[in-house]
Amino acid sequence: MTPLMGYLLVAALVFSIGLAGALTRRNAILVLIGIELMLNAANLNLIAFWRYGPHPELLTGMIFAIFSIAVAAAEAAVGLGLVIQIHRHAHTTDLDAINRMKG
Amino acid sequence: MGLIFYLIAALTVVGGLAAVLLKNTVHCALALTVAFAGLALLFLNLDAQFAGFAQILVYIGAVAILVVFAILLTGGSETPQGGVFSRSWLAGLTAAAAVFAVLGWAVAASAPRLPGAAIPAPAATRASVIPSAPVAAPAPAVTVEQIGRVLAGRYVLPLEIVAVLLTAALIGAVIVAMHEKTGREKEGLE
Repeated sequence: MTPLMGYLLVAALVFSIGLAGALTRRNAILVLIGIELMLNAANLNLIAFWRYGPHPELLTGMIFAIFSIAVAAAEAAVGLGLVIQIHRHAHTTDLDAINRMKG
Repeated sequence: MGLIFYLIAALTVVGGLAAVLLKNTVHCALALTVAFAGLALLFLNLDAQFAGFAQILVYIGAVAILVVFAILLTGGSETPQGGVFSRSWLAGLTAAAAVFAVLGWAVAASAPRLPGAAIPAPAATRASVIPSAPVAAPAPAVTVEQIGRVLAGRYVLPLEIVAVLLTAALIGAVIVAMHEKTGREKEGLE
């Protein structure tokens, strides 16, 4: 097994764990945690391909990962703000209980 | 593939599993921090120092704290009565397992063509070649100055767009989280 393959398999495993968390948990915050894990797994793929790719001196993969980290931070801030607002409105963060779109 | 990689990978995967499996939401947030730290160590192990420390600063320093704040503000640390998993957990687990199977198959199927794989030797000399022992690629020496020059040169437009996005997200998050309170105050005044 080459090093790149090991990193790709770890990233696939973390992505699947995040997807399972996002699809199976009832708490909205835990769903966001799953999405964060999936984003991080994608970042690991980018860094691994940058490190073992043919042109690491161009820094393409690493810059992509840094921008991805910045976008993920914005996503987390807006997502958690939405969860807090939903909790104020519906008095729960249980996604199975939030089943109507009317205010 | 040294022992360090396996240790960090195990830490990351165990942290991720604990983050999605534990019952107490605060424990989930702490396990998420462990998973983020493991991923940052994997970045450092890949000679991406800047991305690794950015990961520590942004994820452990900001996102994990934000998650803990959101948990405390929503009072969601107690376990709900109907269990922590949704009614359709079996379908979600099946989908995640299917995704992992596809990803693992893709990685395994493309293994000989990935960068860093040993070039397949001709049949006559194959016996003398140690299997799956690729030449370790030299670590690319990347200084912060190089990253800064690239960010201010070739990637200056994405950098500006990210700056606008972060400002918009900050304002948007504050407005979204504040909206209900001002609405109630208005109702009270009327």
